Amino acid sequence: MSLNKNYLDVPGTTIFDADESRKGYHLNQFCMSLMKHENRARFKADQRAYVDEWPMTEAQKQAVLDVDLNRAISLGGNIYFLAKLGATHGKSFQQMAGSMTGMTELEYRDMMVGGGRSVEGNRVVGEDGSAQAHQQPQGSASKLGVV
Amino acid sequence: MARITASVFTSHVPAIGAALDMGKTHEPYWQPLFKGYEYSRQWMKDNTPDVIFLVFNDHATAFSLDMIPTFAIGTAASYLPADEGWGARPVPVVLGHLELAAHIAQSVIQQDFDLTIVNRMDVDHGLTVPLSLMCGQPPESNFKWPCPVIPFAVNVVQYPVPSGQRCLNLGKAIRKAIESYDEDLNVHIWGTGGMSHQLQGARAGLINKEFDAAFMDTMINDPERQAAVPHIDYVREAGSESIELVMWLIARGAMDDLNDGDKPVVKHRFYHVPASNTAVGHLILENN
Repeated sequence: MSLNKNYLDVPGTTIFDADESRKGYHLNQFCMSLMKHENRARFKADQRAYVDEWPMTEAQKQAVLDVDLNRAISLGGNIYFLAKLGATHGKSFQQMAGSMTGMTELEYRDMMVGGGRSVEGNRVVGEDGSAQAHQQPQGSASKLGVV
Repeated sequence: MARITASVFTSHVPAIGAALDMGKTHEPYWQPLFKGYEYSRQWMKDNTPDVIFLVFNDHATAFSLDMIPTFAIGTAASYLPADEGWGARPVPVVLGHLELAAHIAQSVIQQDFDLTIVNRMDVDHGLTVPLSLMCGQPPESNFKWPCPVIPFAVNVVQYPVPSGQRCLNLGKAIRKAIESYDEDLNVHIWGTGGMSHQLQGARAGLINKEFDAAFMDTMINDPERQAAVPHIDYVREAGSESIELVMWLIARGAMDDLNDGDKPVVKHRFYHVPASNTAVGHLILENN
């Protein structure tokens, strides 16, 4: 009998369930290691060598090295764990969240100050809101070469 | 007999802690938010409890993927503020209440809630930001929180998280536990997290003011109805991380009116967008 997963049709959203957790176990545990100052220093000194100490897939390692949070989440990462990677690079939660939208930091900050992203058109895959696949990337970050 | 006199509800955004710690509270971006807690800091001074039972979620800090307890009660003597990757917040060590925590653990497990008992745990922004918002920054001359705290961590990181109904029922069980403690203690119960926010993917930055306002109205006036709302409604309407709001129902379940008493009085209500990625909601309810 299949499990009840009624949350797979929310656009731009991955629910971190037991299957995602299984896929992302080593990736997320790598992130946990960055809560120690000495590990952050060692990671920053030689990122490739540090990620090679972990039994992650090559795709997961590359997502870490690229700080590509969307890719990391698609490979089982969870934002509360990935936040440790962002923090190691000196990023705030707002900078990390913004980086997943295609907006520049200023564009994303302005959206939040303006009341945030509307839910209209963003409830179910197939509508026409800003978070839908056909609207990506949303901002000018890629044009400016920021990401 | 120990009794619950009030419940406090507040978001626990990490950027609020950073703004406090870096002295940014008077910047135009932050000023309106901290103004919304001025009443609350005075209220805390005027109504300082003997113990705070503080419901929060650990954000992959004390609990990694090695262990994921659904409900974890802190029964330790003290808890250190955690290093979440930016270094630990410069706030006081959180002192526990050994006897009451042990009593609640025993009683609530006997009421069929399978709590995990935790005797060593660092506490992250989920716990320390609400304390900072309600108590302000303690002065160096008296660097401590105003009272002991019993941390109660709820898993809202890995699905499935507990349902709203289970959270409300747990609140009732916690109340029974507290009321069966012999010493005459004034206890506050706090529910933290939320409100609307999403921290991931192309939908990051989602805010739904209408949902948040309706959540507060219904949680105050018809908590049983709010408890019946399924997770997917929170996720779809108010962002994937808004699911933290189920923790408010634990504190709500401990109030008089859900335990054969009178309705609580709303002493303070505040709402502000944004704090970083998040809508900030705040309530103080007092039992009559």
